Amino acid sequence: MAVDPLIELRDVNKYYGELHVLQDIDLTVGKGEVVVVIGPSGSGKSTLCRTINRLETIQSGLIRLDGQPLPEEGKELARLRSEVGMVFQSFNLFAHKTVLQNVSMGQVKVRGRKKDEADQRSRELLERVGLASQADKYPAQLSGGQQQRVAIARALAMDPKVMLFDEPTSALDPEMINEVLEVMQQLARDGMTMVVVTHEMGFARSAANRVVFMADGRVVEDRAPEDFFTHPESERAKDFLSKILKH
Amino acid sequence: MDVLTDNFSTFGDGFLGTVELTVYASLLALALGFVMASFRVAPVGSFRVFGAVWVAVLRNTPLTLLFFAVLLGLPRFGLVLPFEVFAVLALGCYTSAFICEALRSGINTVPTGQGEAARSLGMTFSQTLSGVVLPQAFRSVISPVGSTLIALAKNSAIAGAFSVTELLGTYKTLGELGYSIIWTFVWIALGYLIITLAISAVFNILEKRWGVAR
Repeated sequence: MAVDPLIELRDVNKYYGELHVLQDIDLTVGKGEVVVVIGPSGSGKSTLCRTINRLETIQSGLIRLDGQPLPEEGKELARLRSEVGMVFQSFNLFAHKTVLQNVSMGQVKVRGRKKDEADQRSRELLERVGLASQADKYPAQLSGGQQQRVAIARALAMDPKVMLFDEPTSALDPEMINEVLEVMQQLARDGMTMVVVTHEMGFARSAANRVVFMADGRVVEDRAPEDFFTHPESERAKDFLSKILKH
Repeated sequence: MDVLTDNFSTFGDGFLGTVELTVYASLLALALGFVMASFRVAPVGSFRVFGAVWVAVLRNTPLTLLFFAVLLGLPRFGLVLPFEVFAVLALGCYTSAFICEALRSGINTVPTGQGEAARSLGMTFSQTLSGVVLPQAFRSVISPVGSTLIALAKNSAIAGAFSVTELLGTYKTLGELGYSIIWTFVWIALGYLIITLAISAVFNILEKRWGVAR
């Protein structure tokens, strides 16, 4: 699938002090592609996801979004970030704002929409994630699964070109995982470009165009999901899959 | 009791002087403290250094020394203002260092994810700070900021030594007139108590209204 590249990483290296967390990463994500990043903890997959909108800086290499190199911290970077939606493991909804205000805030402050217009769009999105009735509650009054769906709506409200998911279901109780995955499945079907760091192998199998397997800061395999799950090439991937798929 | 009723206008002038000093210096301290706290968490290194130096210098200088520096130092550089204004400057700048540190500790209570979420939406540094981080930080700093302003009200007594009309300074006038020094101080203490209790009351209300809900 060598269509229009939306995200390009070339020779990306990152260190935390001595620790070399990203080693010569090359990765291209095309428009409309769903790329799932999996790997053992500490393999650098979350860090990789966070470098794409420069929440983590890199020491060397190049990251391009829609052809544009990521700028330094400042207005230009802020503008570029508004094109990249992000969903976090710990939801990170604004605790002092209601659900509706959470979804509207970025539209008003960043996109410059009028409040009424933003609120209307927010309600549509909340409807889409099944939470229209919770609009006036505060985040602390919602379950984890509901909070994460609000967080997805908040990111979508910016009309992003791509969505990054950094372990979106890892902090959820098991019975709430599906409600979040269903929203993500729907997004994938609608053609959204997505990079998803996750441990949900079912989601990787059913929704991903490609699976990127990372270990020790490197991309070890980058293949179609069916190939990867049935015929992993590297020892590292075989070992990883044998541990998680047995039970 | 005579000392109060006979000299009500002297006490009244002193009391109003202290109230004025406290109000103006508090406003200056809050504004400067807010700016310095923003500097101290700014992404630009030189801003952070400026904020750190501001706090280090002002927090570690004895207030009386600072009064001397402002009242005797600034006129040498051609800046001549009424003593009341100098006193507000000295008190306000001194207290702003403490306000800044209280605000900064409040900022540290806001989870980093809140700021990351705001930035990931494309908000700029100042939008993130003013719209997401500070409103949550304020909730946890209401009580320490209140304490700092109460300290400011009492510190304003130093201005009396620099011929600014304020509450403590009334004891000199009344002492010269031969009134009991003990009763004079009792009434002065009561005056300060009225001011500090009023500040506490305001901050108690703020805390009830805006404090962190647990």
